Amino acid sequence: MINEGFKISDCALIAIATGEKAQNLREFRDRLKNVHPGCLYYHFWGGLLHPHFDDPEFQNDFAVWASRYLHDSKISEQLSIIDPNVFDNIEDLRNEIIEIVEKRLFESEHIPWVKTGHEFHFIRSQIVIFDTGVSYADPRDLLEAIPKMSLGSIFFHFIDSRRRTPGNRNDFSVWLSGFDDKYNGLIEALDNIDPSFTTLNELRQEINFAFKNYFKEGN
Amino acid sequence: MESLLEQYASVVGNEVIDHLKQLANPLKGMKILHINSTKEGGGVAEILNRLIPLKKELGIDAEWEIITGEKDFYQCTKKMHNSLQGNRDDISSSLLAVYESTNLQNFERLGKKLEEADIVFIHDPQPAALLHFCKKRKGKWLWRCHIDVSHPYRPVWKYLREYIKDYDASIWSLSAFVQPLSHPQYLIPPSIDPLSEKNIELPKKEISDFFDSWGIRRNTPIVTQVSRFDRFKDPVGVIQSYRLIQNYVPVQLVLAGGSASDDPEGQEVLQEVKAYAGNDPDIHILELPPDAHRAINALQRGSDIIIQKSLKEGFGLTVTEGLWKGKPVIGGDTGGIKLQVIDHYCGFRVSTPEGAAMRVRYLLKHPGTMKRMGKNARQFVLDNYLITRQLREYLTLIVGLLYGSKEKIELKLPPSLTTGK
Repeated sequence: MINEGFKISDCALIAIATGEKAQNLREFRDRLKNVHPGCLYYHFWGGLLHPHFDDPEFQNDFAVWASRYLHDSKISEQLSIIDPNVFDNIEDLRNEIIEIVEKRLFESEHIPWVKTGHEFHFIRSQIVIFDTGVSYADPRDLLEAIPKMSLGSIFFHFIDSRRRTPGNRNDFSVWLSGFDDKYNGLIEALDNIDPSFTTLNELRQEINFAFKNYFKEGN
Repeated sequence: MESLLEQYASVVGNEVIDHLKQLANPLKGMKILHINSTKEGGGVAEILNRLIPLKKELGIDAEWEIITGEKDFYQCTKKMHNSLQGNRDDISSSLLAVYESTNLQNFERLGKKLEEADIVFIHDPQPAALLHFCKKRKGKWLWRCHIDVSHPYRPVWKYLREYIKDYDASIWSLSAFVQPLSHPQYLIPPSIDPLSEKNIELPKKEISDFFDSWGIRRNTPIVTQVSRFDRFKDPVGVIQSYRLIQNYVPVQLVLAGGSASDDPEGQEVLQEVKAYAGNDPDIHILELPPDAHRAINALQRGSDIIIQKSLKEGFGLTVTEGLWKGKPVIGGDTGGIKLQVIDHYCGFRVSTPEGAAMRVRYLLKHPGTMKRMGKNARQFVLDNYLITRQLREYLTLIVGLLYGSKEKIELKLPPSLTTGK
């Protein structure tokens, strides 16, 4: 089978306010039902490309809000553990979050709320993807390229890829699969990298480590 | 001599600069015009000073113009500024007439450039009415709001909204500031410039000379607030905090402020602050000229703790400057500071003079925590709040605007620019 080269793309993300906000858990559920699907993308993945500090205790903005401002550890934990990559589409993900929130509302004696100024603001994003003009034919060449890749490229090929590849995978593994079984060990190592609870910087190091380790072993 | 982009690469890394170059590719040759109301003083002028040459180096035809006006114009725009930040300050119809006529006069002076620009960034309320007079515009117009408009005084916002609503998009520092408008509202926090005189590394001697020249001792802890003398910055509240600290630990307070040419209230507030400070030899009130960037840099580097106890704040550049110098920052729990100071990580957010006093005492008692927070602070700014990040977002936004409101925009390179390995 002839495999095409691995084309390096890069991306940048810009946040757009929707004006939708929630001051308590019930409002949060109601807004969630109707907000732009881009909001789910932004609040689950967009944070990686936006100002944050280097200790991602929670995987998504909903869980952060529930913990820090609603002070409801139960729902925060339940929201935090959602893996957006296992859902086939964004509407299934939306339904799962609504389900968790409704369950919590049903069992609560009162509606958890936050004081003014700490509302949850729904934000959506616009993503610009650009071709860097660089491509690699030999997987071994990626050894040198990965440490120099921008965080935007890491985001595009390792995170964003999960909403456009069969089986919600990363682009590297999909490309390597085109070489028949030759790189199965490397594919397995890449597939085993958990993109949660991490930063793009750490992710780049992990991908680099997988490549280095694989080729060091004489493959 | 190194290009500007090469100089930035030494701070943020080559990959960040390459990313900017790629993003700027489709915008090469485009005319981008920024308009605000002052060339000196205040965060907007500081950022534009560097953003324009950077855009030019990326091949974009960027320009910066200011609007000018008489005393009544600035009195009106100061009232607008205060009202948008929540003060109930009605503006007389005669002052609003001055606002409109001044915008018209400035349009007559700048009209050709405004009509021909591909993208026009209008910063803050002062020049917001320019669009109203520009009937033959060619490009897209963006209104950039740098202030905290989370709870504006409605009559003033309602007046201004009539001008803002016709823009193609607006840009806000924080989602909490956004007011309902029908055009796209982008979120871009401001940033600082690591290569500016205010933020570059300084020789130790220059720092100690600065403190000697103002009679500030280096052997007693120094807590510093750098900001314009403005009631929203709560300088009097900072002195109240200092008085709650000095009963327990020796400390010196420095209140350093420049003035912006578009702020007529500065002198009045400065006199109030001086009167409140009295003759206390450990309170140092420094009146610095708008271009005293190295002095402010030295002051921040030589201080132990930076404080920014604002009651309202769009985005406190002095907060980020302090963090960049590896200092823990105690900031008012308001506006952009909520995004800038991660509580217990790179400083503390407080709501009262008592809260600020408690956190200063805690930090002075725990120097290890101060050091750890300072280290976190610098890394946090490196990752999130340098000018290269803001430039990236401006470029992304422009591409976004040009390609419509699609969620995903894919740019293709011409075949001549592709390389295979």
